[in-house]
Amino acid sequence: MDTRPDESDVTQPTLGPVGMMRWAWRQLTSMRTALFLLLLLAIGAVPGSIWPQRNIDAGRVADYLASHRSTGPWLDRLGFFDVYSSSWFAAIYLLLFVSLVGCVVPRSKIHWRAMRAQPPRAPRRLERLPEHGEIEVDGAPEDVLRVALGVLRAKRVLGRHSGPRRWRIRSTDQPEPDGDSDGRSSDGPWLSAECGYLRETGNLVFHAALIVVIVAVAVGHLFGWRGDRILVTGKSFSNTISAYDTFDPGPWVDTEGLSPFTVAVDKLDVTFEEQAGGAQRGAPRDFTAYTRTQTSPKAPQVNQILKVNGPLKFGGASVFLLGNGYAPVITVRDAKGQVLLREATPFLPQDANYKSVGAVKVSAASPKQLGFFGFFLPSEYLDKDAGPSSFFPDLKNPALALGVYEGELYPQGRPQSVYTLSTEKMTQLKNAKGEPLRLLLKPSQTAQLPDGRGSITFDSVQRWAGLSIRYDPGKVLALGGAVAALLGLIASLMIRRRRLFVRVRPVGRRTVVSIGGLAKGEDPGLGATIEDLLSAIAERTGTKV
Amino acid sequence: MTNETLSQYANLGVYSAMAVLTIAMIAFAIDLAGTAPKVSSARPRKAAGVAMMLTRLGGLLLVAAAAMRGLSVHRPPLGNMFEFALVGCMFVIVVFVAISLRRDIRWLGLFVIGPVLLTLGLAITVFYTDASELLPSLKSVWLVIHVTVATFSVALFTIAFSVTILHLVQTWLESQDRQDSVGMSRLRTTVNTALPPARSLDRTAYGIHVVAFPLWTFTLIAGAIWAEQAWGHYWNWDPKEVWTFVIWVVYAAYLHARATTGWTPRAANYLALAGYGCILVNYMVVNVFFVGQHSYSGM
Repeated sequence: MDTRPDESDVTQPTLGPVGMMRWAWRQLTSMRTALFLLLLLAIGAVPGSIWPQRNIDAGRVADYLASHRSTGPWLDRLGFFDVYSSSWFAAIYLLLFVSLVGCVVPRSKIHWRAMRAQPPRAPRRLERLPEHGEIEVDGAPEDVLRVALGVLRAKRVLGRHSGPRRWRIRSTDQPEPDGDSDGRSSDGPWLSAECGYLRETGNLVFHAALIVVIVAVAVGHLFGWRGDRILVTGKSFSNTISAYDTFDPGPWVDTEGLSPFTVAVDKLDVTFEEQAGGAQRGAPRDFTAYTRTQTSPKAPQVNQILKVNGPLKFGGASVFLLGNGYAPVITVRDAKGQVLLREATPFLPQDANYKSVGAVKVSAASPKQLGFFGFFLPSEYLDKDAGPSSFFPDLKNPALALGVYEGELYPQGRPQSVYTLSTEKMTQLKNAKGEPLRLLLKPSQTAQLPDGRGSITFDSVQRWAGLSIRYDPGKVLALGGAVAALLGLIASLMIRRRRLFVRVRPVGRRTVVSIGGLAKGEDPGLGATIEDLLSAIAERTGTKV
Repeated sequence: MTNETLSQYANLGVYSAMAVLTIAMIAFAIDLAGTAPKVSSARPRKAAGVAMMLTRLGGLLLVAAAAMRGLSVHRPPLGNMFEFALVGCMFVIVVFVAISLRRDIRWLGLFVIGPVLLTLGLAITVFYTDASELLPSLKSVWLVIHVTVATFSVALFTIAFSVTILHLVQTWLESQDRQDSVGMSRLRTTVNTALPPARSLDRTAYGIHVVAFPLWTFTLIAGAIWAEQAWGHYWNWDPKEVWTFVIWVVYAAYLHARATTGWTPRAANYLALAGYGCILVNYMVVNVFFVGQHSYSGM
């Protein structure tokens, strides 16, 4: 049964547009909404861990779309492959951001005033407070109140349950700063004390620092950039956009003004697990790149070691070693033995044993251009189902397995990946039996191509280092904000905001001390603090308990 | 280089710790069963005394097992799921023993050793990984800083989770008690008298959460610093990062709910349970099934 009063004939006050705005602002900045948005943020973040994300691995997204033809496009439309840059995720965190600002600003004002204000007057009925204690001691009320004041001022006395802390004290024993002394006459002497203002300060610092972190993330997004480059050992690259395989600048980056450093990789040492069995076998153990660097073209060369957890730093930009692989050195000759191409060609690893794919494009071949496409296998064996495969990531039995195409390499000059052939304008070469021609080459082996098309030689193997160069001007600010948030959080959770009120009244020639306590939030030690205060007063007034 | 013999001793340490803790758990159960209907304070709790002794021994064995595991591979034992589980369990028992030195928490023993035994059992069978060296990206001082604190705060969240569950049970029993005290079964009476009152359980759970949450915040920050060094960016929405963040947000919501009028402690406690659910997902689902840069399960 509905027991609510009938509201039909209650005239509601009408809200004007300003009133509506105010109402919406109150709703948005209320704790209830903040809590709801927090939970929504948690739920909203989850899909990004379940579905592949474009910003992390665009290839897996493409695979997913290819294998889920009905649900995939819908998920894509809803932003499930770009969760963290989707409009709905942005809506959640921007609302939370506004709610945060709307909460921090007014609370800071209130706290600023509270920090400079006197504690409130002691209530009349202290036994109504959450914690309360009473004791009868020897002495006159005024003297006993002075003793209580002394106990509160001496930091160490209440140490056990409240920690050494400073109480802000207001008392009828002291003249009021604003001349208000009516309390003394009406309801007897009293004292009120407050401590733990840092709790609220910490809480505000925590929330304000979160705003700083969000701003720092935005700064990094707008002014930061990231470039990736695969660098074969023995080669060098300089920090200009054209030197990068991929370059991803923020919207406000000055791409002409990159710092002009260069990095050359002389040698790359790679170690893999050989001892342990099971899934650990072949797991990477150590990658070390020996580099020569220059901060500018005229600066002296410096030898530096680049490791996975040890980036190179150039001002604000850092160079990270994020990947490695093999670059077989391949020579292609024409029928007369003239070298058409000699190059270390990077192949991209596909699995934990570095079965790698790549392509060799010989645009100088005539009459038709030649293209080789296939695998590099550091430890080659022939798998019954998968064909040529690798059983270990290191060079135990290196081999190249290639198919050969001829025709037009770059139809209409469209840009294409250097690791794959675009075969739409090419035809695959066949062997004498009419099957697709497959070459399997070991180092220093040469294969003749059919019908006088020349030859291909697998000279040797080099390694390449996958370098990622990042610049994020917001990261120091983000770290500062995060550390401030942590300190604020600790203060707001560990410091207790307490109010103690002491009243004294005469009973014959003795005095009853009554203490009431009030705390913000959970405070199991408050009762014990009152006990401590009472026994300290008893002790100092010479009362036997 | 790994020392096989030493890692075998470490496994032996885990098995003996499990045996000792099993007996301790049984002793804790006997102690709780004997609490009602007698007045608990007057009774000498022999079984609980034995249980506490055995728990300390079990804790020592776990510390030894973790140390030997670390020595066998010349690094902190924090490189794969087996090692996270082992060190996590060690922290749970050590924290439990440490608290028990200052406060009487014998009522909690059964509910702390239970999950620890379950985790150790899973660790030595399902999650077990041969002792081996680390991946290059894990070779950093931040492994010690980030993973130790993460494991420690998960240990605290685990204890808090047990206390929160007990709080919900006790709240329910207390409401039953008020409705019809005659109809209460013997089991209910036993549980009701064996546990502290609901209000005190709630306070304990909150107190542990309040310590665990800043530690988790630190884990998140330390992880971001390490990610910046190893992968070039402090935050990349890797599945593990996502779930660390989700856990942080859910527990932050719990703390907010505690301070919001209109949310009862019970409703807030459900959020804490959800937070622990996220921790379990983060450990067992994300490590094994999700593709990301944190795929260090070793499985």
